[in-house]
Amino acid sequence: MIKIEGLNIRLLEFNLLNIKLEIGENEFFILMGPTGAGKTVLLEAIAGLVPIKSGKIIIDKKDITRLPPERRGISIVYQDYALFPHLTVQDNITYGLHFHRTDKTKAKKDLSRLIEELNLSHLLRRLPTNLSGGEKQRVALARALMVEPRVLLLDEPISALDPSFREEVRNGLKRAHQSSDITFFMVTHDFAEALSLADRAAVMNDGSIEQVGTMEDIFQKPRSTFVADFVGMKNLFAAQYKGTKAIIDNVAIELGRKLTNTHGYIAIRPEDIVISRKSLTSSMRNSFRGKVTGVLDQGFSYEVHVQVGQISFKSLITKRSLVELDIHEGSEVVLSCKSTAIHNF
Amino acid sequence: MKVREPFFWIIISCGAVIMAFILLPLIEMMTAPSLAMLMETIKDKDVVRSIWLSVYTAGSAALISFVLGTPLAYLLARTNFMGKRLVEGIVDLPIAIPHPVVGIAILSVAGKNHWLGQALSELGVRIMGSVAGIIVVLTFVGLPFYLNAVKNGFESISPRLEKVSRSLGAPMFSTFLRITFPLAWRSMLIGLIMCCARAISEFGAVVIVAYHPMIAPVMIYERFEAFGLKYSQPVAVWLVFISLILFLLLRILTVRKKQVA
Repeated sequence: MIKIEGLNIRLLEFNLLNIKLEIGENEFFILMGPTGAGKTVLLEAIAGLVPIKSGKIIIDKKDITRLPPERRGISIVYQDYALFPHLTVQDNITYGLHFHRTDKTKAKKDLSRLIEELNLSHLLRRLPTNLSGGEKQRVALARALMVEPRVLLLDEPISALDPSFREEVRNGLKRAHQSSDITFFMVTHDFAEALSLADRAAVMNDGSIEQVGTMEDIFQKPRSTFVADFVGMKNLFAAQYKGTKAIIDNVAIELGRKLTNTHGYIAIRPEDIVISRKSLTSSMRNSFRGKVTGVLDQGFSYEVHVQVGQISFKSLITKRSLVELDIHEGSEVVLSCKSTAIHNF
Repeated sequence: MKVREPFFWIIISCGAVIMAFILLPLIEMMTAPSLAMLMETIKDKDVVRSIWLSVYTAGSAALISFVLGTPLAYLLARTNFMGKRLVEGIVDLPIAIPHPVVGIAILSVAGKNHWLGQALSELGVRIMGSVAGIIVVLTFVGLPFYLNAVKNGFESISPRLEKVSRSLGAPMFSTFLRITFPLAWRSMLIGLIMCCARAISEFGAVVIVAYHPMIAPVMIYERFEAFGLKYSQPVAVWLVFISLILFLLLRILTVRKKQVA
C-alpha cells in the first residue's frame, strides 16, 4: 500500500536518512520515537508538504514522489488540530469537497455518517475557537475523512488532549479505522495508545528508522539498545483473557480484575518482577517457577531472563540481590508479581 | 490609601508631557481658523483639487503596494532563504532615507540621461512634474509600511492551516484564496491604511519630483511661504479632516463586511 524507498530529506535544521517502510492496505501503523526524531517531517513528506532530496514514495504501486499534496489523496491531522478558524465546524468538515467531484447525495450521506460516528451534530454551527480539545480533534478527523483519503496521517492526535478527552478521540479513531478501508499512519509516543490501536509499528530516532515490526517484536525483541531503552516495558505478551486471568500459552496470570474483551496485551515492567529462590509468602498473587536463561550486566543493575513454560520474563535486580541469591544461568528461581503491576491493553 | 512611590509620578509626568506635546500643537492648529474661513477655503477650487490629488495618489500608492507587495510579504513570511535578511533590509530602506534624497534618487533613474527614463519617455510616461511621478514617489515611501504589516499578518497564520488545505485537495492558489486571504485581510487593511497615511503626509520627496500638479502638503507649504501661517492653516485642517474621515470610513465599511460574512 504505502512503500517508502531510500527516502532522504535535508532541511535547514534537520535530516531524514534512508527511510524504508512498507505499510499494508487498511493497516493501522504507528510511528514512535522521542521528540525531535523526525516523525512529523516523515509524515509531511508522505503528504508532499516538505521537499524531498532523494528516494521514492509509492502508494498503491503508483510513484507519488513528485505529485503535489492536493493530488495525493492523503489527509493529515495535526496535534494542534489546525482547524480553519474563520469557518464553522460544518464548513471545516466539508472544506475538501470544493476540490473533489463528489456526488451531492453521497456527500450528504457521508457527512451525516461522520457527524454521527464522531458525535458532532450539536457543534456544526459553531466556530472552532469555542470547542474543547477533544471536540476540535474530532472535527479535524471528520474533515480529514470527508475527502475519503487513501491514507490518513495522524500527528500525535491524542497527546495534547486532557486525559478525559483521550478516550473519545481514541474510540473515534478506532471506529473510523474499522468502518473504512483507509490506511492509518499515526505518530505517537504513548505506548498504551499504540498498543490499543495498532498491530505494527516503527521506532524512529535521530532521523532514521531503528526498527519496524509487530508491537510484540518491538517490545520483546528490540533490535537496538535505543529501542530497548525507548520502550522500557520489556515484558509484553499477547494474551487471552478468561475471567480475571490472562492466559499466555499455558501460563495463567492473575490480574485481580475482570476484563471486558477476550484478548489483548499484557505488560509488566522488569523492575516489578521479584526474583527469589523459594516461594514467597506475601500478598503477591502471581508466582511462577522458572529457569534463568541469561544474566545481563546493565551497570547499576542486572537484567535476568527467566524461562517459564514457553515464555521468557525479564526481571531487573540489584547486584546485591544477584550475589545474595546466587543467581546464574541455569538457576531454578521463583518469579513473583503483584497483579496491580500488570498492565493490559 | 495606597502610597505612590516617586517613580510612579515620574512615569505619569513623562506621559503627560508626551500627550501635551502631540496634542497641543494639533489642537491649536485645528481650532485656529474660523468656521467662515474654513468654508471659504473649501470653496477654493485649487484647494479641493490638491486635496483630491493627495487622496487619489496616496490611494493609488496603496493599491500598487497591495498588488506588488502582497506576494513578497507572503514569501518573506513563509520561507527561509539565503539573503532573506538582506531583502528585509532593502524593504525597510525607504523608511531610513531622507525624503528629499528619495526624490532625487527617483529623478536620477527617471531623467533623460538614464535608460529607464528614456524608455519611459518613449512610452509616453513622464515622471517629472506629473501625477505618475507623484504616485511613484508615494509608492516608494509607503511600500515598506504595507509590506511589514502584511508580513506580520501572514506570519501569525499557522502554516499548518495551509498544509491541511493542500492535503484536502486545494491547490496553492485556492488555499491562498480560501484560507490565507480571509485570515490575513485584516492585516492587509491595516497595511493599506498605514501605507496611505505615510503617503498622504509625504512632502520632501514629492516637492522635488513634482511641485506641480500640487498635492495638499505642497499647497500648504506654498501658502505658508507666500501668505503666512494664517492662510496655510485652513488647508491643513481640511487635509487632516478628510484623511481622518476616509480612514474611519474604510474601517467602518470593512468591519460591517465582516459581520455580514
